[in-house]
Amino acid sequence: MIATAARGEDLIELRGVTKIYGEGQATVRALDGIDLTIRQGEFVAMMGPSGSGKSTCLNILGCLDSPSQGSYRFADVQVEHLSLDQRAVLRRNFLGFIFQGFNLLNRTSALENVELPLIYRRMTARKRRELAMRALADVGLADWADHTPSELSGGQQQRVAIARALVGRPKVLLADEPTGNLDSARSKEVMEMLVEFNQRQGITIVMVTHEPDMAAYAHRQIQFRDGIIEAIQ
Amino acid sequence: MILWEIYLLAQRTILRNALRSSLTMLGIVIGVGAVIIMVTLGSGATVKVTQDISKLGSDILYVRPGLGPHGPGGVRAASKPFELADARAIENSVAGLRAVAPTADTAGQAILGSANRSTTISGVTNAYFTVQGWQLADGRFFNDAELKAGKSVCVLGQTVQKELFGTVSPIGKAMRVGKISFKVVGTLQSKGASTFGQDQDDVIVIPLRTFQRRIAGNTDVRNIIVSVEPGVSTQAVKTDIEGLMRERRMIKAGQDDDFHVRDMKEIIDTFTSTTTIMTALLSAVAGVSLLVGGIGIMNTMMVSVTERTREIGTRLAIGAMREEVLLQFLVEAVVLAAFGGILGILLGLGASVLGARLIGVPFIFKPGIVALAFFFSGAVGIAFGYLPAQKAAQLDPIEALRYE
Ligand SMILES: Nc1ncnc2c1ncn2[C@@H]1O[C@H](COP(=O)(O)OP(=O)(O)OP(=O)(O)O)[C@@H](O)[C@H]1O
Ligand SMILES: [Mg+2]
Repeated sequence: MIATAARGEDLIELRGVTKIYGEGQATVRALDGIDLTIRQGEFVAMMGPSGSGKSTCLNILGCLDSPSQGSYRFADVQVEHLSLDQRAVLRRNFLGFIFQGFNLLNRTSALENVELPLIYRRMTARKRRELAMRALADVGLADWADHTPSELSGGQQQRVAIARALVGRPKVLLADEPTGNLDSARSKEVMEMLVEFNQRQGITIVMVTHEPDMAAYAHRQIQFRDGIIEAIQ
Repeated sequence: MILWEIYLLAQRTILRNALRSSLTMLGIVIGVGAVIIMVTLGSGATVKVTQDISKLGSDILYVRPGLGPHGPGGVRAASKPFELADARAIENSVAGLRAVAPTADTAGQAILGSANRSTTISGVTNAYFTVQGWQLADGRFFNDAELKAGKSVCVLGQTVQKELFGTVSPIGKAMRVGKISFKVVGTLQSKGASTFGQDQDDVIVIPLRTFQRRIAGNTDVRNIIVSVEPGVSTQAVKTDIEGLMRERRMIKAGQDDDFHVRDMKEIIDTFTSTTTIMTALLSAVAGVSLLVGGIGIMNTMMVSVTERTREIGTRLAIGAMREEVLLQFLVEAVVLAAFGGILGILLGLGASVLGARLIGVPFIFKPGIVALAFFFSGAVGIAFGYLPAQKAAQLDPIEALRYE
C-alpha cells in the first residue's frame, strides 16, 4: 500500500491542517491551518508553550486523530481517506510510538512488551522473540529481558519503550516528550540512542519536547504557538 | 492476532488475577454444578425406579381402606378395615388375576436372648411372597397347615436375621416376637432399600391367621396386594375391584369410596411429580446462578477494562484493530466462563457420584448434558462479556493513553 520513499524525499505532508475541539461557544482551535513537510530520514523537534498544539499535531501524524480540515499525506497515501482499520494497519506497519509515561504493560516482561507490536503483525512466536531480543540488545537491555517494568528504572523503562517502538523497523518514530519523566543524564542517554537510530537506520523521528537541550539534537526545530507554526529553524 | 495467541493472553490474565477470577467464576460454577447434579441424580433415580418397578412387576395393585394419598385428609381412621373374605371375593369374582395377597402388619419387637430389634411384623399368605417377588435364602415358606391353624412360625428378612442370629443359621431355632415364641422356618434373600429408602429386609413374616389371632387380636386385613396376569389391563382390573368393593362395603351411588386401589403407575407418578418439582426448583436455582454468574463476569470485565485503559490505548496506538481488542476481552470473558463451566462440571460430577451413593441410585454419566453445560457457560461468557469488550474496543486511543 505504501511505496518506500528514499532518504531525503518527502515522506509526510500536512496541508492546511486544522483541528477544532468542542462545539458552539467552547470551541478550541488546537491547530489552525498547519502546513508541514517532513522528509524521509529527518529528525524533527516540535517546541512551543503548553497548549500550543504540539501533541495534537503529533497525534494527527500518528493517525490516532484526524484533522477537522486539511489533508495529510503519508508517503503516497492520503490518510483522511483511510478507514479506522486501515489506519491501524498503517500504524502497525510504518509507525512507532514513544510516550512520556512509557506506557509499558506492567506485570509483563520487557521482552514481551517489545514483542507486542509484532503480535499484531501476525509474526510467529519464534521470529518475534528473535527480533525483540535484538531490539532489546540495541538499547543495551539484553540482560533485562525477563524483568517487568516495575523492576526497571525510569531510564530503562523508556529504553524498553524505544525498543518496542523500533522493533518493527517503522518508517517514522513519533515521540511525545520522551524525556519528560527523566533526569538530565537519562535524557541524554535516550537522546543519543534516538540520534543513533536516526543515523544508522534512517528512521524518521518527530519528537515533541519542552527542553531546548533535547531539541538541539534534531535537524530542525518547529516552533508552535496558538495552533500555528511560528518558526522553523 | 491469531485466536490462539488471544486465548493464551486471556488465560494468563485470568491466572494472574487468580482470586478475582475464581470469585467471578463462582456463579457459573454453582449454576453448572447444579445442572449436572440435577440431571445426573435425576436420571439415576429414574433408572432406579424403573428397575425397582420392573423387579416388582408393574402389574401390581394395592387395595387399602381409607383414601389414597391424594385424597383430602389422607388415610381415614374411621374407614372400615378389610377382612379375609374381601380378599377371597376379589380372588373369586375378578378375572385376570395371578395372585391375591391379603396382608396385615404392625411394628413389634423381635427378641432372641439379650438381642432385640424393633421391626415390622407382617401377617401374610404364601401369595405374598409371589406378588412381592421374595426369594428364599434358606428353609421354606409356610405350609397349608401352618397357615390354616395359625401356627407360630416365621420367615426372617436379612436385617433381622443378622441382628439376632449373626452368622448362625436360624432355621429351626426359636425366637420371640413380643411375648410369643416363634419357630424360624425360612430366611429371605435381601432386597435392599426400597425406591423410597426403606430397608425392605427389616421384616419378620408370619402367617396372616397367626398375626390376627396372636398379635393384632382381630380379623382385620390392612392391605390386599393383587397381581394381574401379564397382558391384562391393570386399569380394567382396578375398575372391577373398585366396583366389587363398593358393593361389598355398601357405598351408595354418588358417595365417595372409603378405600383406595393404587397401581404402580400411580406410585411412579407420585414419585415423578416429586422429581419434576425438584428438577424445576433446581433448574430455577441453576438459571439464577448462571444469570448472577454472567453479571459477575460482566462486572469483573468492566472493572478490568477500566483498569487496563492505558493498556488498551497502547495496543490501539501500536496498531491493534478495534475488532482485535474486542476479541481479546470477549475471549477473556468466554475463557473465564468456560473455566467456571469446567470447574462446575467436575464438581457436579463429583458431588453426583457421592450423592448417588448416599441416596442409593446408580451414577449415570450423561455426556450430552456435560457438553451442553460447557457450551452454555461459554455462551454466558459471550452474552455478558460483549458489552465490556465493546466498551474496550470503542475507547479513544489518545484519551486511553492519558488515562490515570
Ligand atoms: N480532547 C480535547 N478536547 C478539547 N480540547 C483539547 C483536547 N485535546 C487538546 N485540547 C486543547 O487543544 C489545545 C492544544 O492541546 P495540545 O495537547 O496539542 O497542546 P500541547 O502543545 O501538547 O501542550 P503541552 O505542552 O501542555 O502538552 C489545548 O488548548 C488543549 O486544551
Ligand atoms: Mg502535549
